[in-house]
Amino acid sequence: MKLVIGIVRPEVANDVLEALYRAEVRGLSMCKVQGHGGELDRVETYRGTTVQMRLADKIRFEVAVTDDFVDPTIEALCEGARTGEVGDGKIFVVPLERAVRIRTGEKDHGAVTPVSA
Amino acid sequence: MSGLGLAAAAVPKVDSGDTAWMLAATALVLLMTPALGLFYAGLVREKNTLNTFMMSVAALAIATVMWALVGYSLAFDGTSPIVGGLSYVGLHDVTFAPRDGTTIPHLVFFAFQATFCIVTTALVSGAVVERMRFGAFLVFAALWSVLVYAVMAHWAFGGGWLQDGGTLDFAGGVPVEMGSGFSALAAALVVRARKDYGRQALLPHNSVYVLLGAGLLWFGWFGFNGGSGFSAGHPGVLAFTNTLLTPACTLLVWFVLDLIRGRKVTAIGAATAIIVGCVGITPAAGFISPPWAMVLGAVAALPSYAVIVLRPRTRVDETLDVLAAHGVAGFTGILFIGFFAQQSWNGVSDGLVYGNAAQLGHQALAAVAAPVYAFTATYVLLRLIGLVMPLRATEREEALGMDVIQHGEEAYASGEGAILITPVDGEVPPVPVADPGFA
Repeated sequence: MKLVIGIVRPEVANDVLEALYRAEVRGLSMCKVQGHGGELDRVETYRGTTVQMRLADKIRFEVAVTDDFVDPTIEALCEGARTGEVGDGKIFVVPLERAVRIRTGEKDHGAVTPVSA
Repeated sequence: MSGLGLAAAAVPKVDSGDTAWMLAATALVLLMTPALGLFYAGLVREKNTLNTFMMSVAALAIATVMWALVGYSLAFDGTSPIVGGLSYVGLHDVTFAPRDGTTIPHLVFFAFQATFCIVTTALVSGAVVERMRFGAFLVFAALWSVLVYAVMAHWAFGGGWLQDGGTLDFAGGVPVEMGSGFSALAAALVVRARKDYGRQALLPHNSVYVLLGAGLLWFGWFGFNGGSGFSAGHPGVLAFTNTLLTPACTLLVWFVLDLIRGRKVTAIGAATAIIVGCVGITPAAGFISPPWAMVLGAVAALPSYAVIVLRPRTRVDETLDVLAAHGVAGFTGILFIGFFAQQSWNGVSDGLVYGNAAQLGHQALAAVAAPVYAFTATYVLLRLIGLVMPLRATEREEALGMDVIQHGEEAYASGEGAILITPVDGEVPPVPVADPGFA
């Protein structure tokens, strides 16, 4: 079991969701984060105050999957999120010790395998 | 009465009561433009909030200046059929003397009419938000406010061929509502759809803005319709009260339509209904009785609701449904006069139901001519501007959002991770300043 974390541009979030859906990855969560990954900063001006925005808005996907699903998930994240310019984001894969489905008490593999409705 | 007073009675006189009301009405109508900006800003995605609002703010600048320079003269100088003359160019001769046919100073009449030109120019922006370049919109707004709005205002208000031929249009069904609505359709076709239109759900980001904007628009509309009699007399009073009654009925019918269609009454639907009702009564406000105004409110909901449901199923990304809310509801209102105008209320003319079938003919003529001119003129105008400069932002810019790209600001900036670039002791720190568009 792994936790796949993908940090992507907000404007590609829908493309990533679509790619994950096509890869039959069904269980996931996402949240808005701010980050910085080497891209050039935006410059914004508010009245007399000019600022360099070091942090850009990003979307962070978290997908807990069985080992078989790690590669398809990574491929889907790349396919949906790649624009070819600096700032496309990163994917991190970390080992997952335990998983529990709250509703049934199922553990580990059973807990991260989606149920059909 | 003094001798002076008697002598003055022979020439047209400024009435202080009428002038006081028209000063207030002008301010009410001016509020409608920022209200529209708020309404539109709530309907777009978060990343385009400021750009959308700024299109209305731009109209405040550009339409006002163009109107003072040339638009007002083309609309309101003389009674030639197609377009007015040039003797009021640059506000020449627009002074304290009463405007012909009114009891208010010419200056007040000008300012009141200017606020109409501003809000109508801002209305058209609803068709092109989230992808049109701001610079191109500024050029479009400047030319549109003269070539389309001022010309149509002349037809309907300034003694042009429609008004002269007997068409009744109290507060702007022709230049404002059908003018903006059918221009919006043309603009959407020329500028084309947003890149994600029809692929992704592009949802309103703040429904509270939408409701508040609609509420403020309704408030301003009391000046818009109530002031279009240019006095505190009967036509203004009738129009004022009808502006309360019609939108209330539209709102109620919209609730029912929402319930039938989706089993729930929606907030964005309600905000839309307020606009549709206000638009519907605009041409008819001073011409129909209050009970008929209530019927108009109910009737006007139906065609606009249908267009709002059907339009998103097409490839036409007329983004904020200016056609449905303004073009179609204005069309309904203009035709409604032809049936239900009542001379006992308006002192001018009866409609078909009260024995004057000819009035319906006059109204139908306007209902055909206004859409045709607005659509054609706007289509050609935007095509020509498109030859000189790009109308749209690039796909990449569209994805990033127009606020950062066009204005270098965000509507909801947090300031986290922002580093000041301010000259300290006259020295500008060496930072890699990047144009966000080419990062």
